[in-house]
Amino acid sequence: MLSKRIIPCLDVKDGRTVKGVNFVDLKDAGDPVELAWQYAQQGADELVFLDITATHERRKTMIEMVKSVARQLNIPFTIGGGITEIADAEALLNAGADKISINSAAVKNPQLIADLAKVFGVQFVVVAVDTKLVAGRNMVHLNGGRLITEIETAHWIKQAEDLGAGEILLTSMDHDGTKQGFDCKLLDSISKMINIPVIASGGAGKVEHFTEVFTTTGVDAALAASVFHFGEIPIPHLKNELKKYNIPVRL
Amino acid sequence: MIGIVNYGAGNIFSLTSALSRLGLSYGMINTEHDFEQYSHIIIPGVGHAGAAMEKLNQTGLVDSIRQLKKPVLGICVGMQLLTEHSQEGDAQLMNIIPLETKLFDKDLGIKIPHMGWNNIEIKNNLLFEGVENQTQFYFVHSYFIEYNAIFEIATATYGLQYAAAIQKDNFYGVQFHPEKSGAAGEQLLLNFSNLKQ
Repeated sequence: MLSKRIIPCLDVKDGRTVKGVNFVDLKDAGDPVELAWQYAQQGADELVFLDITATHERRKTMIEMVKSVARQLNIPFTIGGGITEIADAEALLNAGADKISINSAAVKNPQLIADLAKVFGVQFVVVAVDTKLVAGRNMVHLNGGRLITEIETAHWIKQAEDLGAGEILLTSMDHDGTKQGFDCKLLDSISKMINIPVIASGGAGKVEHFTEVFTTTGVDAALAASVFHFGEIPIPHLKNELKKYNIPVRL
Repeated sequence: MIGIVNYGAGNIFSLTSALSRLGLSYGMINTEHDFEQYSHIIIPGVGHAGAAMEKLNQTGLVDSIRQLKKPVLGICVGMQLLTEHSQEGDAQLMNIIPLETKLFDKDLGIKIPHMGWNNIEIKNNLLFEGVENQTQFYFVHSYFIEYNAIFEIATATYGLQYAAAIQKDNFYGVQFHPEKSGAAGEQLLLNFSNLKQ
Protein backbone atom coordinates (compact mmCIF):
# COMPACT_ATOMS: atom_id res chain seq x y z
CA MET A 1 0.00 0.00 0.00
CA LEU A 2 1.14 3.51 -0.78
CA SER A 3 1.86 5.59 2.32
CA LYS A 4 0.63 9.11 2.85
CA ARG A 5 3.65 11.40 2.75
CA ILE A 6 4.69 13.99 5.33
CA ILE A 7 6.70 16.79 3.73
CA PRO A 8 8.49 19.57 5.64
CA CYS A 9 9.01 22.68 3.53
CA LEU A 10 12.11 24.84 3.94
CA ASP A 11 12.57 28.37 2.68
CA VAL A 12 16.03 29.00 1.28
CA LYS A 13 17.68 32.34 0.71
CA ASP A 14 21.16 32.62 -0.78
CA GLY A 15 21.75 28.95 -0.12
CA ARG A 16 20.77 29.14 3.56
CA THR A 17 17.50 28.16 5.18
CA VAL A 18 15.53 30.98 6.73
CA LYS A 19 12.49 31.34 8.99
CA GLY A 20 13.81 30.74 12.49
CA VAL A 21 14.21 27.04 12.57
CA ASN A 22 14.41 25.91 16.12
CA PHE A 23 15.70 22.41 16.65
CA VAL A 24 17.46 20.99 19.62
CA ASP A 25 20.99 19.80 18.84
CA LEU A 26 21.25 21.74 15.63
CA LYS A 27 24.68 23.27 15.25
CA ASP A 28 23.70 25.62 12.47
CA ALA A 29 19.99 26.21 11.96
CA GLY A 30 20.64 27.87 8.63
CA ASP A 31 22.51 24.99 7.05
CA PRO A 32 20.14 23.25 4.62
CA VAL A 33 22.20 20.09 4.59
CA GLU A 34 22.15 19.63 8.33
CA LEU A 35 18.46 20.46 8.51
CA ALA A 36 17.58 18.12 5.66
CA TRP A 37 19.52 15.34 7.32
CA GLN A 38 17.73 15.94 10.62
CA TYR A 39 14.35 15.73 8.91
CA ALA A 40 15.30 12.54 7.11
CA GLN A 41 16.40 11.03 10.43
CA GLN A 42 13.06 11.98 11.97
CA GLY A 43 11.19 10.13 9.25
CA ALA A 44 10.19 12.86 6.81
CA ASP A 45 9.16 11.18 3.56
CA GLU A 46 10.30 13.94 1.29
CA LEU A 47 11.47 17.55 1.49
CA VAL A 48 10.61 20.69 -0.41
CA PHE A 49 13.09 23.57 -0.66
CA LEU A 50 11.64 26.86 -1.75
CA ASP A 51 14.20 29.30 -3.09
CA ILE A 52 13.18 32.82 -2.15
CA THR A 53 16.42 34.47 -3.21
CA ALA A 54 15.88 37.44 -5.46
CA THR A 55 19.42 38.10 -6.70
CA HIS A 56 20.84 37.25 -10.08
CA GLU A 57 23.52 35.14 -8.51
CA ARG A 58 20.86 32.90 -7.07
CA ARG A 59 21.07 30.05 -9.53
CA LYS A 60 24.72 29.28 -8.89
CA THR A 61 24.30 29.38 -5.13
CA MET A 62 21.19 27.26 -5.30
CA ILE A 63 22.84 24.62 -7.47
CA GLU A 64 25.68 24.29 -4.98
CA MET A 65 23.15 23.88 -2.17
CA VAL A 66 21.18 21.26 -4.11
CA LYS A 67 24.36 19.30 -4.71
CA SER A 68 25.30 19.37 -1.04
CA VAL A 69 21.83 18.21 -0.05
CA ALA A 70 21.80 15.43 -2.65
CA ARG A 71 25.18 14.18 -1.43
CA GLN A 72 23.86 13.67 2.08
CA LEU A 73 20.14 13.01 1.77
CA ASN A 74 18.70 9.52 1.19
CA ILE A 75 15.10 10.61 0.61
CA PRO A 76 13.64 12.52 -2.34
CA PHE A 77 13.47 16.30 -2.49
CA THR A 78 11.86 18.99 -4.62
CA ILE A 79 13.21 22.42 -5.49
CA GLY A 80 10.88 25.32 -6.17
CA GLY A 81 11.28 29.02 -6.85
CA GLY A 82 12.43 30.95 -9.87
CA ILE A 83 12.33 28.12 -12.40
CA THR A 84 11.21 29.64 -15.68
CA GLU A 85 12.90 27.58 -18.37
CA ILE A 86 14.17 24.13 -19.27
CA ALA A 87 17.78 25.11 -18.53
CA ASP A 88 16.90 25.99 -14.90
CA ALA A 89 15.25 22.63 -14.43
CA GLU A 90 18.06 20.72 -16.09
CA ALA A 91 20.69 22.30 -13.86
CA LEU A 92 18.67 21.33 -10.79
CA LEU A 93 18.13 17.79 -12.05
CA ASN A 94 21.84 17.34 -12.70
CA ALA A 95 22.57 18.65 -9.21
CA GLY A 96 20.45 15.85 -7.76
CA ALA A 97 16.93 17.30 -7.34
CA ASP A 98 14.23 14.66 -7.75
CA LYS A 99 11.50 17.08 -8.73
CA ILE A 100 11.06 20.74 -9.46
CA SER A 101 8.08 22.84 -8.52
CA ILE A 102 6.83 25.60 -10.79
CA ASN A 103 4.18 28.15 -9.94
CA SER A 104 3.90 31.63 -11.52
CA ALA A 105 6.06 30.67 -14.51
CA ALA A 106 3.59 27.93 -15.40
CA VAL A 107 0.59 30.25 -15.14
CA LYS A 108 2.30 32.80 -17.36
CA ASN A 109 3.47 30.13 -19.80
CA PRO A 110 1.46 26.89 -19.50
CA GLN A 111 3.48 25.32 -22.32
CA LEU A 112 6.40 25.16 -19.85
CA ILE A 113 4.63 22.28 -18.10
CA ALA A 114 4.37 20.31 -21.33
CA ASP A 115 7.97 21.08 -22.28
CA LEU A 116 9.34 20.02 -18.90
CA ALA A 117 7.26 16.84 -18.88
CA LYS A 118 8.44 15.92 -22.35
CA VAL A 119 12.13 16.43 -21.56
CA PHE A 120 12.29 15.09 -17.99
CA GLY A 121 9.12 13.02 -17.55
CA VAL A 122 5.93 13.90 -15.69
CA GLN A 123 7.34 12.57 -12.41
CA PHE A 124 9.76 15.51 -12.35
CA VAL A 125 7.16 18.26 -12.67
CA VAL A 126 5.27 19.51 -9.63
CA VAL A 127 2.86 22.36 -10.31
CA ALA A 128 2.37 24.51 -7.22
CA VAL A 129 -0.88 26.44 -7.05
CA ASP A 130 -1.70 29.21 -4.59
CA THR A 131 -5.41 29.69 -4.23
CA LYS A 132 -7.61 32.17 -2.42
CA LEU A 133 -11.34 32.69 -2.22
CA VAL A 134 -12.60 35.73 -4.13
CA ALA A 135 -16.34 36.32 -3.94
CA GLY A 136 -16.88 32.68 -3.05
CA ARG A 137 -14.71 31.29 -5.87
CA ASN A 138 -11.23 29.81 -5.56
CA MET A 139 -8.95 31.81 -7.82
CA VAL A 140 -5.28 31.27 -8.69
CA HIS A 141 -2.97 33.82 -7.08
CA LEU A 142 0.63 34.59 -7.92
CA ASN A 143 3.62 36.04 -6.07
CA GLY A 144 2.83 34.29 -2.83
CA GLY A 145 -0.83 35.27 -2.94
CA ARG A 146 -0.33 38.98 -3.57
CA LEU A 147 -1.37 38.98 -7.20
CA ILE A 148 -4.80 37.77 -8.19
CA THR A 149 -5.43 36.23 -11.61
CA GLU A 150 -8.67 35.66 -13.47
CA ILE A 151 -8.09 31.93 -13.55
CA GLU A 152 -10.27 29.61 -11.53
CA THR A 153 -8.20 27.22 -9.44
CA ALA A 154 -9.96 23.99 -10.40
CA HIS A 155 -9.82 24.93 -14.06
CA TRP A 156 -6.10 25.65 -13.91
CA ILE A 157 -5.28 22.44 -12.06
CA LYS A 158 -7.16 20.38 -14.63
CA GLN A 159 -5.26 22.15 -17.38
CA ALA A 160 -1.95 21.55 -15.60
CA GLU A 161 -2.73 17.84 -15.36
CA ASP A 162 -3.61 17.67 -19.04
CA LEU A 163 -0.36 19.44 -19.95
CA GLY A 164 1.75 16.92 -18.06
CA ALA A 165 2.05 17.89 -14.40
CA GLY A 166 3.05 14.86 -12.33
CA GLU A 167 1.81 16.25 -9.05
CA ILE A 168 -0.10 19.25 -7.68
CA LEU A 169 1.03 21.17 -4.60
CA LEU A 170 -2.06 23.09 -3.55
CA THR A 171 -1.75 25.89 -1.00
CA SER A 172 -4.82 27.61 0.36
CA MET A 173 -3.82 31.21 1.08
CA ASP A 174 -6.94 31.56 3.24
CA HIS A 175 -5.70 28.80 5.51
CA ASP A 176 -1.94 29.34 5.24
CA GLY A 177 -0.49 30.72 8.46
CA THR A 178 -3.76 30.39 10.39
CA LYS A 179 -2.87 27.03 11.98
CA GLN A 180 -6.61 26.27 11.86
CA GLY A 181 -6.38 23.26 9.60
CA PHE A 182 -6.18 22.47 5.88
CA ASP A 183 -8.88 23.45 3.40
CA CYS A 184 -10.28 19.93 3.33
CA LYS A 185 -13.31 20.70 1.21
CA LEU A 186 -11.26 22.19 -1.62
CA LEU A 187 -8.54 19.55 -1.34
CA ASP A 188 -11.06 16.75 -1.57
CA SER A 189 -12.80 18.14 -4.62
CA ILE A 190 -9.49 18.76 -6.41
CA SER A 191 -8.12 15.38 -5.46
CA LYS A 192 -11.23 13.66 -6.86
CA MET A 193 -11.14 15.74 -10.02
CA ILE A 194 -7.64 14.74 -11.16
CA ASN A 195 -5.70 11.51 -11.48
CA ILE A 196 -2.27 12.67 -10.28
CA PRO A 197 -1.10 12.99 -6.64
CA VAL A 198 -2.07 16.07 -4.63
CA ILE A 199 -0.02 17.60 -1.80
CA ALA A 200 -2.08 19.52 0.76
CA SER A 201 -0.57 22.76 2.01
CA GLY A 202 -1.62 25.66 4.20
CA GLY A 203 -3.13 25.65 7.66
CA ALA A 204 -1.43 22.85 9.59
CA GLY A 205 -1.36 23.72 13.29
CA LYS A 206 -1.75 20.46 15.13
CA VAL A 207 -1.71 16.71 14.66
CA GLU A 208 -5.50 16.55 14.26
CA HIS A 209 -5.27 18.66 11.12
CA PHE A 210 -3.15 16.02 9.43
CA THR A 211 -5.51 13.26 10.57
CA GLU A 212 -8.43 15.26 9.23
CA VAL A 213 -6.90 15.93 5.83
CA PHE A 214 -5.99 12.27 5.32
CA THR A 215 -9.28 10.83 6.53
CA THR A 216 -11.65 13.28 4.84
CA THR A 217 -9.88 13.96 1.54
CA GLY A 218 -8.07 11.94 -1.12
CA VAL A 219 -4.77 13.85 -0.88
CA ASP A 220 -1.54 11.88 -1.05
CA ALA A 221 0.72 14.07 1.04
CA ALA A 222 0.66 16.96 3.48
CA LEU A 223 3.20 19.74 3.55
CA ALA A 224 3.93 22.12 6.40
CA ALA A 225 6.69 24.44 7.54
CA SER A 226 6.54 26.09 10.92
CA VAL A 227 4.96 23.25 12.92
CA PHE A 228 7.93 21.12 11.94
CA HIS A 229 10.65 23.77 12.17
CA PHE A 230 9.76 24.77 15.69
CA GLY A 231 9.35 21.21 16.82
CA GLU A 232 5.68 21.81 17.65
CA ILE A 233 4.84 18.56 15.92
CA PRO A 234 7.66 16.02 16.00
CA ILE A 235 7.37 13.84 12.87
CA PRO A 236 7.64 10.46 14.65
CA HIS A 237 4.81 11.49 16.99
CA LEU A 238 2.70 12.70 14.05
CA LYS A 239 3.15 9.45 12.15
CA ASN A 240 2.30 7.31 15.16
CA GLU A 241 -0.89 9.30 15.63
CA LEU A 242 -1.82 8.91 11.96
CA LYS A 243 -1.25 5.19 12.22
CA LYS A 244 -3.82 4.99 15.03
CA TYR A 245 -6.38 6.15 12.47
CA ASN A 246 -5.27 3.44 10.05
CA ILE A 247 -3.70 6.02 7.77
CA PRO A 248 -0.85 4.28 5.93
CA VAL A 249 2.46 5.88 6.92
CA ARG A 250 6.12 4.98 6.78
CA LEU A 251 7.45 4.51 10.29
CA MET B 1 34.09 -1.77 -8.05
CA ILE B 2 30.74 -0.77 -9.52
CA GLY B 3 30.40 0.31 -13.13
CA ILE B 4 27.48 2.55 -14.07
CA VAL B 5 26.25 2.28 -17.63
CA ASN B 6 26.49 5.86 -18.87
CA TYR B 7 23.90 6.29 -21.59
CA GLY B 8 22.45 9.67 -20.74
CA ALA B 9 19.06 8.62 -19.42
CA GLY B 10 18.50 10.81 -16.42
CA ASN B 11 20.54 12.13 -13.61
CA ILE B 12 22.83 9.80 -11.69
CA PHE B 13 24.12 12.24 -9.09
CA SER B 14 21.87 10.82 -6.37
CA LEU B 15 22.99 7.30 -7.19
CA THR B 16 26.70 8.11 -7.14
CA SER B 17 26.18 10.09 -3.93
CA ALA B 18 24.56 7.06 -2.30
CA LEU B 19 27.44 4.83 -3.40
CA SER B 20 29.94 7.35 -2.01
CA ARG B 21 28.13 7.48 1.34
CA LEU B 22 28.39 3.71 1.48
CA GLY B 23 32.11 3.84 0.71
CA LEU B 24 31.60 1.96 -2.58
CA SER B 25 33.84 3.00 -5.42
CA TYR B 26 32.38 3.33 -8.89
CA GLY B 27 33.14 4.44 -12.41
CA MET B 28 31.35 5.08 -15.69
CA ILE B 29 30.94 2.62 -18.53
CA ASN B 30 31.07 4.33 -21.92
CA THR B 31 32.53 1.63 -24.16
CA GLU B 32 32.39 -2.18 -24.16
CA HIS B 33 36.00 -2.39 -22.94
CA ASP B 34 35.02 -0.50 -19.79
CA PHE B 35 33.00 -3.51 -18.55
CA GLU B 36 36.25 -5.38 -17.78
CA GLN B 37 37.22 -2.94 -15.04
CA TYR B 38 34.14 -3.52 -12.93
CA SER B 39 32.84 -6.41 -10.86
CA HIS B 40 29.26 -5.16 -10.61
CA ILE B 41 27.19 -3.21 -13.13
CA ILE B 42 24.33 -0.76 -12.51
CA ILE B 43 21.94 0.38 -15.25
CA PRO B 44 20.22 3.54 -13.98
CA GLY B 45 17.33 5.29 -15.67
CA VAL B 46 14.44 7.66 -15.29
CA GLY B 47 11.89 9.01 -17.72
CA HIS B 48 10.61 7.35 -20.89
CA ALA B 49 11.52 3.67 -21.44
CA GLY B 50 11.32 3.91 -25.23
CA ALA B 51 13.55 6.97 -25.30
CA ALA B 52 15.95 5.36 -22.81
CA MET B 53 16.23 2.25 -24.99
CA GLU B 54 17.00 4.41 -28.02
CA LYS B 55 19.81 6.09 -26.12
CA LEU B 56 21.12 2.76 -24.90
CA ASN B 57 21.06 1.39 -28.46
CA GLN B 58 23.08 4.39 -29.60
CA THR B 59 25.88 3.51 -27.16
CA GLY B 60 26.31 0.13 -28.84
CA LEU B 61 26.55 -1.49 -25.39
CA VAL B 62 23.43 -3.66 -25.55
CA ASP B 63 25.11 -6.85 -26.79
CA SER B 64 27.82 -6.56 -24.15
CA ILE B 65 25.21 -6.08 -21.43
CA ARG B 66 23.25 -9.12 -22.59
CA GLN B 67 26.39 -11.27 -22.38
CA LEU B 68 27.41 -10.15 -18.90
CA LYS B 69 27.99 -12.83 -16.28
CA LYS B 70 28.64 -10.28 -13.52
CA PRO B 71 25.88 -9.09 -11.20
CA VAL B 72 23.81 -6.42 -12.98
CA LEU B 73 21.27 -4.17 -11.29
CA GLY B 74 18.71 -2.19 -13.28
CA ILE B 75 17.06 0.64 -11.36
CA CYS B 76 13.58 1.95 -12.28
CA VAL B 77 13.61 2.45 -16.07
CA GLY B 78 16.97 0.62 -15.99
CA MET B 79 15.02 -2.38 -14.67
CA GLN B 80 12.37 -2.04 -17.34
CA LEU B 81 15.09 -2.11 -20.02
CA LEU B 82 15.86 -5.68 -18.94
CA THR B 83 12.38 -6.78 -20.03
CA GLU B 84 11.20 -7.74 -23.49
CA HIS B 85 8.88 -4.89 -24.37
CA SER B 86 7.33 -1.73 -22.95
CA GLN B 87 3.97 -0.21 -23.76
CA GLU B 88 5.73 3.12 -23.26
CA GLY B 89 6.59 4.08 -26.83
CA ASP B 90 5.76 0.49 -27.92
CA ALA B 91 9.47 -0.22 -27.45
CA GLN B 92 11.41 -3.44 -27.92
CA LEU B 93 13.81 -3.62 -24.96
CA MET B 94 16.85 -5.77 -24.17
CA ASN B 95 14.75 -8.91 -23.61
CA ILE B 96 17.05 -10.35 -20.97
CA ILE B 97 14.05 -11.24 -18.85
CA PRO B 98 10.93 -12.25 -20.85
CA LEU B 99 8.45 -9.87 -19.23
CA GLU B 100 6.19 -7.05 -20.37
CA THR B 101 6.32 -3.46 -19.05
CA LYS B 102 2.81 -2.00 -18.94
CA LEU B 103 1.02 1.24 -18.18
CA PHE B 104 -0.90 1.46 -14.92
CA ASP B 105 -4.65 1.41 -15.52
CA LYS B 106 -6.31 4.44 -13.96
CA ASP B 107 -9.59 2.53 -14.00
CA LEU B 108 -8.18 0.63 -11.02
CA GLY B 109 -8.89 3.79 -9.02
CA ILE B 110 -5.24 4.72 -8.60
CA LYS B 111 -3.36 7.91 -9.25
CA ILE B 112 -0.62 7.86 -11.86
CA PRO B 113 2.35 8.20 -11.47
CA HIS B 114 2.68 5.82 -8.55
CA MET B 115 4.69 8.21 -6.41
CA GLY B 116 5.87 7.69 -2.87
CA TRP B 117 6.70 5.04 -0.31
CA ASN B 118 5.19 1.61 -0.81
CA ASN B 119 5.73 -1.55 1.21
CA ILE B 120 6.97 -4.65 -0.60
CA GLU B 121 6.58 -8.38 -0.10
CA ILE B 122 10.08 -9.81 -0.17
CA LYS B 123 11.09 -13.31 -1.21
CA ASN B 124 14.20 -14.83 0.26
CA ASN B 125 16.97 -13.29 -1.84
CA LEU B 126 20.51 -12.07 -1.19
CA LEU B 127 19.63 -8.66 -2.63
CA PHE B 128 17.28 -8.11 0.31
CA GLU B 129 19.54 -9.61 2.97
CA GLY B 130 18.90 -7.80 6.25
CA VAL B 131 15.88 -5.93 4.87
CA GLU B 132 12.69 -6.72 6.74
CA ASN B 133 9.67 -7.96 4.83
CA GLN B 134 7.10 -5.19 4.17
CA THR B 135 9.77 -2.48 4.31
CA GLN B 136 8.79 0.62 2.35
CA PHE B 137 10.78 1.84 -0.63
CA TYR B 138 10.46 4.99 -2.72
CA PHE B 139 8.74 4.52 -6.08
CA VAL B 140 8.14 6.98 -8.94
CA HIS B 141 6.76 5.43 -12.11
CA SER B 142 3.77 5.27 -14.44
CA TYR B 143 4.69 1.93 -16.03
CA PHE B 144 5.16 -1.36 -14.20
CA ILE B 145 6.48 -4.84 -14.89
CA GLU B 146 3.83 -7.55 -14.86
CA TYR B 147 3.81 -9.99 -11.99
CA ASN B 148 5.57 -13.26 -12.77
CA ALA B 149 6.24 -15.87 -10.10
CA ILE B 150 9.39 -17.17 -11.81
CA PHE B 151 11.39 -13.95 -11.86
CA GLU B 152 9.80 -12.10 -8.97
CA ILE B 153 11.98 -11.50 -5.90
CA ALA B 154 9.73 -8.79 -4.42
CA THR B 155 6.21 -7.62 -5.20
CA ALA B 156 4.36 -4.40 -4.60
CA THR B 157 0.64 -3.79 -4.72
CA TYR B 158 -0.75 -0.62 -6.26
CA GLY B 159 -4.09 -1.22 -7.89
CA LEU B 160 -2.73 -4.63 -8.74
CA GLN B 161 0.18 -6.84 -7.77
CA TYR B 162 3.31 -6.18 -9.83
CA ALA B 163 7.08 -6.66 -9.81
CA ALA B 164 8.94 -4.51 -7.29
CA ALA B 165 12.11 -6.51 -7.95
CA ILE B 166 13.04 -9.26 -10.39
CA GLN B 167 15.96 -11.59 -10.98
CA LYS B 168 17.11 -13.90 -13.73
CA ASP B 169 20.54 -15.44 -13.17
CA ASN B 170 22.97 -12.52 -12.64
CA PHE B 171 20.46 -9.88 -13.75
CA TYR B 172 18.54 -7.99 -11.06
CA GLY B 173 16.07 -5.17 -11.36
CA VAL B 174 14.30 -2.94 -8.84
CA GLN B 175 11.40 -0.67 -9.75
CA PHE B 176 11.95 1.58 -6.73
CA HIS B 177 14.88 3.93 -6.17
CA PRO B 178 17.24 2.43 -3.58
CA GLU B 179 19.29 5.65 -3.62
CA LYS B 180 16.19 7.50 -2.36
CA SER B 181 14.79 4.84 -0.05
CA GLY B 182 16.47 5.71 3.22
CA ALA B 183 18.50 3.15 5.16
CA ALA B 184 16.76 0.16 3.53
CA GLY B 185 17.74 1.38 0.08
CA GLU B 186 21.34 1.81 1.17
CA GLN B 187 21.32 -1.72 2.56
CA LEU B 188 20.12 -3.02 -0.79
CA LEU B 189 22.91 -1.24 -2.68
CA LEU B 190 25.41 -2.65 -0.22
CA ASN B 191 23.94 -6.15 -0.69
CA PHE B 192 24.23 -5.78 -4.44
CA SER B 193 27.90 -4.83 -4.15
CA ASN B 194 28.46 -7.98 -2.09
CA LEU B 195 26.86 -10.37 -4.61
CA LYS B 196 29.33 -12.97 -5.82
CA GLN B 197 29.91 -13.42 -9.51
